Amino acid sequence: MPLRTEPITINLGPQHPSTHGVFRLRVTFDGEVIQDVEPVFGYLHRGSEKLAEERTYTQVITLTDRLDYVASMTSNQAYVIACEKLTGIHPPERGLYLRVIAAELQRVASHLVAIGFFLQDLGAFATPLMYCFRERERILDLFEMLCGARITLSYMRIGGVFQDAPEEFWPALRRFLDEMPGYADELDALLSENEVVVARTRGIGVLPADLLINASATGPVLRASGVAWDLRKKDPYDVYDRLEFDVVTASRSDNYDRYYVRLQEIRQALRILEQCYRDIPEGPVRATLSNLVRPPVGEAYGRVESPKGELGYYLVSDGSISPYRCRVRSPSLINLTLLRELLMGWKLADLVVSFGSIDINMGEVDR
Amino acid sequence: MGELLAGNSIYRNVYIWVEGLLPTGWQWVAYFVAGFTIMFLLLNAFLVLTMVYTYMERRVLGRFQGRLGPNRVGPFGILQPVADAIKLLTKEDIVPAVADRWVFNLAPVVFFVPTVLVLGVVPFGQNSFLADLNVGILYVLALSSVSTLAVFMAGWASANRFALFGSMRAVATLISYELPVLLSMGGVLMLVGSMSLVRIVEGQRIPFLLLQPLAFLVFLAGISAELNRAPFDMVEAESELVSGFNTEYSGMKYGLFALAEFGNVLVAGAIMSVVFLKGWEGPVLPSHLWFLLKVFFFAFIFVWVRATLPRLRIDQMMGFAWKFLFPLSLVNLVVTGAEVAVWPEATTAQLWVMAVINWVVAIVGVVVFSRLVRQRPTQPEVRVFSSAAPSGAR
Amino acid sequence: MYGIGIAKGLMVTMKNLLRRPFTVQYPEQRLPQHPRFRGEEFVWYVERCTGCASCAQFCPLGIIRIVTSPGGEHLQEGGTYKVEVFDIDIGRCMFCGLCVEACPYDALFMGSGFERARYRREELVVTVDELKAAKKCPSTWFRPQLSRQGYNPFLEEADWRRVGREESRWHPKRPGTLPPGHHSEASSQGS
Repeated sequence: MPLRTEPITINLGPQHPSTHGVFRLRVTFDGEVIQDVEPVFGYLHRGSEKLAEERTYTQVITLTDRLDYVASMTSNQAYVIACEKLTGIHPPERGLYLRVIAAELQRVASHLVAIGFFLQDLGAFATPLMYCFRERERILDLFEMLCGARITLSYMRIGGVFQDAPEEFWPALRRFLDEMPGYADELDALLSENEVVVARTRGIGVLPADLLINASATGPVLRASGVAWDLRKKDPYDVYDRLEFDVVTASRSDNYDRYYVRLQEIRQALRILEQCYRDIPEGPVRATLSNLVRPPVGEAYGRVESPKGELGYYLVSDGSISPYRCRVRSPSLINLTLLRELLMGWKLADLVVSFGSIDINMGEVDR
Repeated sequence: MGELLAGNSIYRNVYIWVEGLLPTGWQWVAYFVAGFTIMFLLLNAFLVLTMVYTYMERRVLGRFQGRLGPNRVGPFGILQPVADAIKLLTKEDIVPAVADRWVFNLAPVVFFVPTVLVLGVVPFGQNSFLADLNVGILYVLALSSVSTLAVFMAGWASANRFALFGSMRAVATLISYELPVLLSMGGVLMLVGSMSLVRIVEGQRIPFLLLQPLAFLVFLAGISAELNRAPFDMVEAESELVSGFNTEYSGMKYGLFALAEFGNVLVAGAIMSVVFLKGWEGPVLPSHLWFLLKVFFFAFIFVWVRATLPRLRIDQMMGFAWKFLFPLSLVNLVVTGAEVAVWPEATTAQLWVMAVINWVVAIVGVVVFSRLVRQRPTQPEVRVFSSAAPSGAR
Repeated sequence: MYGIGIAKGLMVTMKNLLRRPFTVQYPEQRLPQHPRFRGEEFVWYVERCTGCASCAQFCPLGIIRIVTSPGGEHLQEGGTYKVEVFDIDIGRCMFCGLCVEACPYDALFMGSGFERARYRREELVVTVDELKAAKKCPSTWFRPQLSRQGYNPFLEEADWRRVGREESRWHPKRPGTLPPGHHSEASSQGS
């Protein structure tokens, strides 16, 4: 006589230590195996796109910081690039180099957060998290020198960067570039060959490449499946066409590969920073100092490679000082649509780990 | 005078002194007073050491992570465990309405008592032990199984579905890891010829850490799982959903669980230092100090491992026990048995030869069995969803 | 082989045990802050302010409230308004600094602190009397003349003559160019 079993539905509530923000997952289990997943989000919706219609173009920059609050610089950069396409203002060279420096520093910081929390979800009792945050503190100190704030930066403006770096910034950057590869190696030694990490993440949460392309996923999630798609190479902006770096890909597209791609991207970002540090020219950093920008009627789409994927802003202007429509293409939301394929059939213990490996940020998802 | 305890000098002195104060026929009073004195001393020493250990763990874990531990309560934070105890004592004691009251209240006690009882046979220093049972190791291992029962009682009595899941996992883990722990002691018993812990300490000419590396490895891994410590703490530190068998406990009942858990670490350290590191023997310092140093050395190793390794999943834990530790302990048993059969009364030189053979066997065994335990992740049963209809009842 | 990766991880943790801890013991010790830190405690120089309310206009959140009356006290720019109410609601402020950027007369500066917590929400509003009476340690954010002087707000105060005023920059003759003297402050480059 077969045993009658029943699936059980559990609510991984909005307040939960492992959900990277306020996010609700209704999971249906058959024993330990996940049968169905229903995400419910929108708890962090603040109406950013509507608010952007009431603010001037410069004031919207302060809104864009708070979308992906872990990677503010690239959020600013995407918006500012879209505005520059609308208005036709070209930033000076030094401004572009400073933008790239800020964006790459932000990439290192965001990947450190992703790796730290990924390992925290695996259960390594906060130790790798503390190491990653210690390194991130150095980057946040650099940001404090650049623009006075640590997380919500508002550093970029239409036409370049806000203000030049102070004198103390360059020796501090040099010190950071000398020490960071050692710390990246230390993280590598701590984790990449650790049998427990490998046993928990290898082969779990596999997403095939064609599924990712069809779902328009971007970022390390896509690159971990072997597709070498990086906007810095395919559609270069700022000065990326003059810089040498590799696009990191991996082949198996499981949790371990997504973590490893991020670790290697930290190294590539350090390489870019070295080149910028060497090559940055003198000059002004800002093309226009006016705060009220009145672009002509039109529309533009500006995109950057943020640490989480392709971040794009679609701006429609009607000739006034506020945008008519500002639409954010957030990578976290698009990557989140793969949640069912990611989690089906795996076990409860893998749920949190897989969810952490795609590295979403609820500020971006909910806007 | 009770014979079993007569070897203990404190007991003897107190007994004689109290007996001298009483008229004849009242020896049972002396018996009680002397017995109570040594129990009191032992229990308090154990509890104070547990408190010291919790403080040490928090500080050392903090230093591993690049931060200080708690240092606000008292100078250098040494009163932090006192503050924790006061907090637990003053919390409201909640018992769920549908819980099984008797079992619910008994479970922390059943969890805590075996920890203390084990200390009865451990030699703390030269000629300093409570009782020299001639089945010491058997007594220790039997008592550690009783705490499994307490975990089961706690999960069942909580009448909470998640606590039950957690405690079932805990019971499965604990039972699986009993066997490698038991068998790893087999080699030591064969070499010494007795189960008494005092004899084991005396019988180590070379520390058994060098002579039985495989037994040490298996015992270390097995006892980490029995203690529910990282990397095997899936049972209690579930960051996902449930919080294990002690979900419904609050106040001092939870305090008893926590106390027993940290105390178990010290007891495991005591057993390991007695069996593998020659107990209280050491050159210059007094023997009690050597014993404490060795116990805290093992406690430090537990903290170090906890700071470094992430958790294993529950099925990986089972695989580790049955496919890696259990065969290794059998291999150790066979090899040691063969060696003892060949050299029954071994001289020190022959012991060193045995040590070399054992190390070679250990390395070969670890390499061979680690290939066996490397599992492929199970292929998921994936259902392909079209974009339209959601499935399942909401 | 089982164990090599774990051993490497254990070595890394042990190495970190022997390093100095990274945390500081707040509030006895403080982390060093850069002079450019944008904090609370706005610094307002009443001698420079003309009551034009550009800061209120540029604030994205609209938390600055200014009420003026025709004054005649400070004839710095040829007749100013007297500022009667100048409320900045720090409870809702996001310290973006657009108000500082907007001020044409360099009268408003960001502060450098972050410890203005209060028990009630109403007490977080900075009124004009508080602004007048506060210590003047302005942050060098968006004020190149201060960083050119090498000013550090954590060491000393600065009065209104010292902070000076950058060249007029809100009315460039040709759009897209910069007025003279506004090259970045002391832009030196490493290497």
